[in-house]
Amino acid sequence: MTAILEPHEAAPELAPSPADEPYAVLKHRRGTRWMHWINFPLLTIMMWSGLRIYWAEDIYAFGILDWEWFKFFPDWFNEKLGLERKLARGLAFHFSFAWLFAINGIAFGIYTLVTGEWRELVPDRRALKDSFGVLLHDLHLRKEAPAHRGRYNAAQRMTYSLIILLGGLALLTGFAIFKPTQLGFLTAMFGGYTMARRIHFAVTIIFMLFFVVHLLQVARAGGRNFLSMITGYEVVGGGADRG
Amino acid sequence: MAERRDLSRDQYRRRSRRSFLTGGAAVAAGFMGWRGVQGSPADRRIPGVLRDVHGINESIWSSLFREDHLAKEFAREDASILRINGRIGIDNEIDLDRWQVTVQGPDGEEWGTHTLADIRALPRHEMTIEHKCIEGWAQVTNWGGARFSDVIDLYADRIGDDITDVGMETPDRRYYVSMDMATMRHPQTLLAYDMLDQPLDDAHGAPLRLATPLKYGIKQLKRIGVIQFRREPGRDYWGDRGYDDYVGL
Repeated sequence: MTAILEPHEAAPELAPSPADEPYAVLKHRRGTRWMHWINFPLLTIMMWSGLRIYWAEDIYAFGILDWEWFKFFPDWFNEKLGLERKLARGLAFHFSFAWLFAINGIAFGIYTLVTGEWRELVPDRRALKDSFGVLLHDLHLRKEAPAHRGRYNAAQRMTYSLIILLGGLALLTGFAIFKPTQLGFLTAMFGGYTMARRIHFAVTIIFMLFFVVHLLQVARAGGRNFLSMITGYEVVGGGADRG
Repeated sequence: MAERRDLSRDQYRRRSRRSFLTGGAAVAAGFMGWRGVQGSPADRRIPGVLRDVHGINESIWSSLFREDHLAKEFAREDASILRINGRIGIDNEIDLDRWQVTVQGPDGEEWGTHTLADIRALPRHEMTIEHKCIEGWAQVTNWGGARFSDVIDLYADRIGDDITDVGMETPDRRYYVSMDMATMRHPQTLLAYDMLDQPLDDAHGAPLRLATPLKYGIKQLKRIGVIQFRREPGRDYWGDRGYDDYVGL
């Protein structure tokens, strides 16, 4: 076989030329991309219907005694968005789409474990320190960024892992509120019904904050990074990879 | 499953086009699915698809229901007088001395009537539980009353396997609930006449109300006028207004 090879066909193995370097490399597997994008509308629907439920008893606020410093989602917010109080519809959407959210989330967890993608997500020992470095760098307070090992930097690893765990926490606290007697062990684990509801709400707030930061970071990271979540491949040769 | 690790410029272009077409189709399908849910024919004030999922949820959780699995009980000192959240069906005057509850069979035939003294003559049970409102608040309170299962026993010879549900209504028939038999047989489902050892006041459902930690407050009918044993679920005040009929906790 080697006898019939033309010289130029064998050449790359000896001396790779720039033209033979890949144009784009795999960044996000197909499963990751599908489940990421499916999660986006599902989580949005869960938060939208969850707010309708919350408005029936909107009690969460920061303050001391009778002085209220900050109230979550006051009435003007509700009116501005035209999300009128419709508890029954909120419950119906929440308890229906929760199944889809759960199935997609659990499927993602299994997929990540089976494919070994978890290795790209789990923070290592230096992650906390390096995350701080990334934060300073992103805020333009420090010139050099900490080195990354793998696809994501330390701050991304910390954030993405946290968000996935919080997804699980949202699901578990949700079930603890949904069936506080039948799943009494779960409700007890979270310190009772009222506490489970508080945690469930706090997780929602963190999701909202994450969403804002995530959009900003994706915008900063540029088009190639964003497109890689759609095509799976990132065009190589320069370009940042935040998100 | 396996995807190439890297692509040439041409391969990337083909891949990119395919991804956008697939993605576009998925977005369109998702949007149509969402519109389909929103636009599905309403079943008692919510999209029919969602009413169906309420039904699926009910079959899952009712099949897991165990009559010997008790809701958590709390210390008596944690109990307080329950917040008053609704007066539907009890906002007119009644003569408590002449009150009695009517028990009916599935075809509306009268099986018997009971005065408050009759109910008080049944063994008294007490529970300190967390009452939960579908609006989201919860409060620990204390109930005293007769187990509904003891009322079922009074009619044991007439209640066969065909009886699957219990309907309850206020005397003016303006508030009504439909309850599943498994919940009604549960030891923590009481016909309550006391709260914190005091006879119920008017706003809390005097003289006799339903109290159970297994359902939200919307099912715990105040001022019971009629109890009907049924072969199928009946009308339910909040179920007819868009809520889940089961609302089991």
